[in-house]
Amino acid sequence: MRATLRPVLLLVGLAVLIVAPLGESNYVIYLLCSWLIFSIAAIGLNLTLGYAGQISLAQASFMGIGAYSTAILTLAGWPWVVGMLLGVFLCFIVGLALGFPALRVKGHFLAFVTLAFNTLVFLVSRNEEWLTGGTYGLSNMPRPSLFGFSTDNQTHFYYFTVLVFLVSAALMYGIVRSPWGRAFKALRENPIRAESLGVDTRWLTLIAFAIGSAYAGIAGALVSPLVQYIDPGSFALVHSLRILLMVVVGGAGFFFGPMLGAVIVILLPEALRFTEGYYLIIYSAAVIALMVFCPSGLIGIWGRLRDRLGRKPETRADMQAGAQL
Amino acid sequence: MSEFLQVVLSGLATGSIYALAAIGFTLLWQAAQTVNFAQGEFVMLPAFFVLIALHWFGWPLWAALLFGLATAVVVLGLLFKKVVVEPMLPNTGLPLIIATMALSIFLKEGTKKFYGAEAQPFPPLFPQETLHVFGAAVSAQDILNLTVSLAVVVALTLFLNRTRTGRCIQATAQNPAVAEILGVKTKRMVLYTFLINAALAALASFLISPVYLAKFSNGETLGIFAFIAAIVGGFNQIRGALVGGLLIGVLDNLTATYITTSYRAALPLVLLIVVILWRPYGLVGTSEGREV
Repeated sequence: MRATLRPVLLLVGLAVLIVAPLGESNYVIYLLCSWLIFSIAAIGLNLTLGYAGQISLAQASFMGIGAYSTAILTLAGWPWVVGMLLGVFLCFIVGLALGFPALRVKGHFLAFVTLAFNTLVFLVSRNEEWLTGGTYGLSNMPRPSLFGFSTDNQTHFYYFTVLVFLVSAALMYGIVRSPWGRAFKALRENPIRAESLGVDTRWLTLIAFAIGSAYAGIAGALVSPLVQYIDPGSFALVHSLRILLMVVVGGAGFFFGPMLGAVIVILLPEALRFTEGYYLIIYSAAVIALMVFCPSGLIGIWGRLRDRLGRKPETRADMQAGAQL
Repeated sequence: MSEFLQVVLSGLATGSIYALAAIGFTLLWQAAQTVNFAQGEFVMLPAFFVLIALHWFGWPLWAALLFGLATAVVVLGLLFKKVVVEPMLPNTGLPLIIATMALSIFLKEGTKKFYGAEAQPFPPLFPQETLHVFGAAVSAQDILNLTVSLAVVVALTLFLNRTRTGRCIQATAQNPAVAEILGVKTKRMVLYTFLINAALAALASFLISPVYLAKFSNGETLGIFAFIAAIVGGFNQIRGALVGGLLIGVLDNLTATYITTSYRAALPLVLLIVVILWRPYGLVGTSEGREV
């Protein structure tokens, strides 16, 4: 039954994506676009966090690298695709360079290195005025056109974003399902066993981080034509934390987790608008509660409910005792 | 030359305050395997407890400081352990890290909402005089900050190495299972570690707030500096955190004075990467079985 359910659900999801902007105001379409864009960044971080088990706190600054390279190139008259590809390439290379020292050591060094890196990118984009426009930022980036089909209209740009989102998600699905992606899972579940089976864990983690960062580059390349204005503050540490929250709240390590998380992180502020300044307080308290009661995120809650309500596989009591030794 | 001395001394003074936060961070990591991403906010908050006692209750400074210390130990030590860390205990690691990150946002936004977003002046603990040492003008506050922090570090080291309780805390940090078998009350020792961390953070808060003013966002830089000091010095030793803190304080001041102010905040990153590449176990740390 599950085998037939899945394609049906996917088709329904696709239909919802297509119908969603019809008849909506520009602001709602803008929100939908930013949901899709942050989903792409979160899908990338999910590979680093959910599959390779490393925390990156620089996802927003990788978005910044993508956004600035797209903005600079499109303002100079190059097509969007060139800017996007350059941004993705830069993110991948910087990811490798940053991950290499950090992943030499086990533990959460990558978290600290990326934390500091986010500050560094902020400083460079603020101080190097000749390149990035300093605190004033860059504005009036042209929107991309696809086969001569302009996306200046907000709805058209939305469909363009949907297209990029679907391609990125499909690519990630391929990566996760490939033998190579299964090695990521092996790494997360039991690093020692994975290593003894011949998986080069260090190299895989590094590549996962670099690919995850490249996804942020794609997201960044979409941000600059969407808002048509970028400044250093748009890619500060707060935004990295937001993307991290998307992954964790949705459910790290689940394919659809980051997309669900992005819905909540992007749309919850709108829903909690009546609480005014208390939004972040309520939100952070909710995250602490979620981590205490269900560390695997919202999708994990669903899995738990199913386990509780449905049939349970019998576990051998002696095996449980053995695992505690 | 006199300027150099001045820059180094004030760097040592701020560095010793970073070191206090870094030591608390290291102790928590050792005894409870808790990476506390809210450490910066732990340093930011106690100053506000003092301000509440001063301005809302109208208490004298010494009483307000005691109140701040006591509240910090209860809220950031006891409550942090009982409400956030303890319920998650089987799952330390990722969920706990995310929870402490959320806690840091919670504390920051909570302070902003309930006490205001403006930087609040904080009464100086020491006389605001300037001393002249070898032709350099040095503020008495810097010297006393340095002295107090170093005295606390020495006292803490003596406590951990020379007293029974201190040794029990160390045993718990090194091998909880064996410590438990030998009759150490490991749970209580872990609790002591949390309380010590909160007290160190409160002390750092009282020393740094007269200089930087009390502001809800102070924790951001303080937290990063404390982490980096702990890692640069060596995660498994108090000495390491002290060296790391002093080093960062001095280098930060030297960069700002002699090299560049606009890239001042980039220094910790460079230092961190150099240390990780060259000595991943820290400058004075020793490589231990448990890789950090």
